[in-house]
Amino acid sequence: MKDLINTIQHLLEAFFQEVGDILLFTGDVVRQFFTAPFEWKELVRQAYYIGNKTLPLIGITGFIMGLVLTMQSRPVMESFGAESLLPGMIAVSIIREIGPVITALLCAGKISSGIGAELGAMKVTEQLDAMEVSGAKPLNYVVATRVLATTFLVPVLVIMADVVGLFGSYMAIAMNEDLSFMLFLSLAFDSLSFVDIIPATVKTFIFGFFIGLIGCYKGYTADRGTESVGRSANSAVVTASLVIFIIDLLAVQFTSLLGAS
Amino acid sequence: MEIVIDIKHLKKAFKRNEVLKDVNLQLAKGENLVILGKSGTGKSVLPKCIVRLIEADRGEIHVLGKDILKLEATELDEVRKKVGYLFQGGALYDSMTVKQNLVFQIRRTQLEKNKAELRDLVEEALANVGLKDAMQKMPAELSGGMKKRIGLARTLILKPSIILYDEPTTGLDPVTAGEISELILDVQQKYNTSSIIITHDMKCARMTSNSIRIMKNGKFEVVGSYDELRHSDDPEVRAYFS
Repeated sequence: MKDLINTIQHLLEAFFQEVGDILLFTGDVVRQFFTAPFEWKELVRQAYYIGNKTLPLIGITGFIMGLVLTMQSRPVMESFGAESLLPGMIAVSIIREIGPVITALLCAGKISSGIGAELGAMKVTEQLDAMEVSGAKPLNYVVATRVLATTFLVPVLVIMADVVGLFGSYMAIAMNEDLSFMLFLSLAFDSLSFVDIIPATVKTFIFGFFIGLIGCYKGYTADRGTESVGRSANSAVVTASLVIFIIDLLAVQFTSLLGAS
Repeated sequence: MEIVIDIKHLKKAFKRNEVLKDVNLQLAKGENLVILGKSGTGKSVLPKCIVRLIEADRGEIHVLGKDILKLEATELDEVRKKVGYLFQGGALYDSMTVKQNLVFQIRRTQLEKNKAELRDLVEEALANVGLKDAMQKMPAELSGGMKKRIGLARTLILKPSIILYDEPTTGLDPVTAGEISELILDVQQKYNTSSIIITHDMKCARMTSNSIRIMKNGKFEVVGSYDELRHSDDPEVRAYFS
């Protein structure tokens, strides 16, 4: 019993230590956003690299997401004679919840782990130290640029996943009935309001920020030794995914307060 | 004799492991000082403390007359520009070509230079290490020895007055290790740099050192020239030279 209490105590201490360290790191990174000179060229390079690397995955996943969701929902809606509500239901589901969360989780797996491994390797091979000694702040050049790139890229990727997902949904409907794409869009967007779109969009920026931040934090604080590179990547995915769900939960509560539910 | 690095009673511990207990050291201008010691004795911690990559717990470190433990970030950057650091593996930036690695080093200090001037600086630095043709190569295409040479070129491009070498010949074959040692000597003679060289390689120590210090129990317990220490009465000291 005493061992169990000790273990729980250590786990809690480690958890709060980690949360505290992440908060301090966040403060340092945010300060770099406003510290001149900002590395715009590196920001663009990172944004291009991240977008280019993730776009095909998001596109394919988004399309399948819309297609499968519609195919699975159709029999239920049919049994109630409510097929005409299908485009609206799918649009609300994708834009409010599934699109942002699935895209963010994919980005956590692809981007956050990539950043964690890259920075971890840079730490192990002393590249971050070399940068520090040369007077170039790695927090500014390496971290701030990646965090800003994900903050602005993830919303773009979510919008793309939403659009492709809706197209996938239309394809699933069009397989069974004669519905024009324009009518599908009209039915879909009739069900949406700004209260659906704005909070969903705002939370994607927060997802993006934390996807980049956690990847950078895990890589930046990696131990010396090659095995820590893999550990950083793995830990970045797990932590980023957990944070995405927590943010989503908070966003749902916030949206409920706005009266959207 | 002008002293460029003056360390007094330096202490550094990692949790309960006291790595540097009472380190005192003076480096004179133009001197090559070699530090020997068993693995895990904190040899590599010392140069990191000198440039404040690792914060010392206690003591004083004066670099070029500045008490670096008390400097603000911008003042520290100014001192760091005058102190070159050759990391164990070269620490080249993987995502950049050799040329970009070198330009990255100087772009903050020499922004006013145009492309042709930057190219000349890069070419000069690479010529110094005999790798002028490697300009467009990526670090992954380079051998261990080439990486260290490029690392040295990247250090030299800022024309530092002090260079800290962290195990410059570790992992290299004897021929390449000898070439790197010669390069260290060339750099000292050409630019009149002062250097601290952390190494296990006795050939490197023989070729490059003006004086040697052996680290033991977190202190420098043995000081002398290569020849003095080779004939030391202490069998533990002589073991380094056998």
